[in-house]
Amino acid sequence: MNNIIVYIETQEGKIADISLELLTKGRSLAKRLGCRLDALLIGHPVTSLRDELFLYGAEMVHIAEDPRLKIYTTLPYTAITISLFKKEKPQIALFGATSQGRDLAPRVSSALKSGLTADCTSLEIGDHKDTKGNEYKDLLYQIRPAFGGNIIATIINPDHRPQMATVREGVMRKEQLSEPINGKVNIINTNEILSDSDFVVKIIERHIEERKIDIKGAQIIVSGGFGVGSRENFRLLFDLAKTLGAEVGASRAAVDAGFADHARQIGQTGVTVRPKLYIAAGISGQIQHTAGMDQSAMIISINNDPDAPIHQIADYAIVGDLNEVIPKIISSYKNNSK
Amino acid sequence: MTRSFKIVVLAKQVPDTRNVGKNAMKEDGTVNRAALPAIFNPEDMNALEQALRLKERFPGSKVELLTMGPPRAADIIREGLFRGADGGVLLTDRKFAGADTLATSYALSMALRKMNPDLIISGRQAIDGDTAQVGPQVAEKLGYPQITYAEEIGEWKDKMFTVKRRIENGIEIVRTPVPAVITINASAPVCRPRNAKQLMKYKHARTLTEEHDNEHNSYLPIHSLDTLRITEWSVSDVGGDEESYGLSGSPTKVKKIENIVLQAKESKRLTSSGEEIDSLVKELISLHTIG
Repeated sequence: MNNIIVYIETQEGKIADISLELLTKGRSLAKRLGCRLDALLIGHPVTSLRDELFLYGAEMVHIAEDPRLKIYTTLPYTAITISLFKKEKPQIALFGATSQGRDLAPRVSSALKSGLTADCTSLEIGDHKDTKGNEYKDLLYQIRPAFGGNIIATIINPDHRPQMATVREGVMRKEQLSEPINGKVNIINTNEILSDSDFVVKIIERHIEERKIDIKGAQIIVSGGFGVGSRENFRLLFDLAKTLGAEVGASRAAVDAGFADHARQIGQTGVTVRPKLYIAAGISGQIQHTAGMDQSAMIISINNDPDAPIHQIADYAIVGDLNEVIPKIISSYKNNSK
Repeated sequence: MTRSFKIVVLAKQVPDTRNVGKNAMKEDGTVNRAALPAIFNPEDMNALEQALRLKERFPGSKVELLTMGPPRAADIIREGLFRGADGGVLLTDRKFAGADTLATSYALSMALRKMNPDLIISGRQAIDGDTAQVGPQVAEKLGYPQITYAEEIGEWKDKMFTVKRRIENGIEIVRTPVPAVITINASAPVCRPRNAKQLMKYKHARTLTEEHDNEHNSYLPIHSLDTLRITEWSVSDVGGDEESYGLSGSPTKVKKIENIVLQAKESKRLTSSGEEIDSLVKELISLHTIG
């Protein structure tokens, strides 16, 4: 059986969590299919990262190390990925649904004329019979929300290989093996693949910060939506979060409007959270958002629209103006906590 | 001599999935997709604004829209004209139907070969699918570089554009030659409103199909055909491999669709009164949820 290849994304010299989540998932898919799990590692320097990949189950690590590949740019990374896929003919190729994976994977899939499913939240193996009666065994079911999150679609790719998918960060768990795999390394000769025309786009400046916001790990989340009204007014949420020892989240509408940073986005196009308390302020409750937080142990909604859908999934639905309610919660908490 | 650019904005007509109100919900709690209004994809609007700014900065530049969809997607071209675009092409043909992102980008790339722009700008992704694939795939098909997640198209110097990208944890400034494909984020400036003069000028702009469908049979005056005729192209106009269009050109197939059903919980309703908030906070403290 042809292998599964996971594209390994590195951020400032470290392997991104999403890539380890994909290797963990890739392990169970490979076991089910009886095939090898490979990792593709591109960058400079990256060779030392291979041991971590073995610990997450990669049996073969393909390494493209070249000073010209220090920082991700589309064209050379695409050239290397395409070249490897043509040679290895993987049946499945997985990428993170990050800005890097979502830049790279579509370009690769276009060149290979294979299909690509974006932002999957679940991957399964299953069979398929089409309307003409053709039967397919062991296809990759690529499961994703669509239509603003109002539907969940299962996408398959019956006739083309690799079956490619990008997968959202944080929806699959990452788990090390107790013992690393005694895997192999394949060094890719970058000089044979890359040409000057792959470097026409130049990066002249970068300001990348280590992610400081830990939404996923927070026990309490105070989250704001479009109803918060402005970036300034989000201060109110930060005040409440500081009082309660919480982290601040945001809906997509609030992020798109520029009220909050993308790293805080919760929902289908952001992170999925399950805190013990979720306070949703000025959030209407579109599925796009609720799919990322409806498993919270307790939900409090604050919205002055009594018909806002968020109230329906809340344990406590406060119908009122968040500008009034939040200061009251803060002062009540200060008076009542020891 | 200063440089001018021929710019094509890729835009899509999409159902407005962002605000699914009660009217768009069926009795079983699922979405009635047909009831959602058709709108200009929001990030394509940000893309149009970037194109119009370039047109102002580089006199002599032209902005055209390219969209693919059913005949009513001519609305997208008109909306672009009202805001300052110079023209547009509607790709419409039953043979395009059922296209996934790969077949869509093939169709767009064939039309773009005919339009031959210096710069192609589109939104990062469309809100009905959220895939962000069509921009990069069009770029690959044309062999152009791509700059995704862009927020601002900056200076033109030494035959390169400076582009600011906004990615997860920060920003990246890159320089790219043209032709290139640039996809624009929602964090970029919003599009300017309709311009009254443009609106007057183009309110009767129509495709040939629309004219034939018009029950009053009001054909455009011959003298205005050049400015008010919205170009429609079918598969035969753009050529290419018929098998690569529509359903047959789409490697991905939808196996199953599940509608999400909103499940109502037993919620306790509160007002914003001080007493009610106070008793809620006390309850949360006693439950050790907070504190």
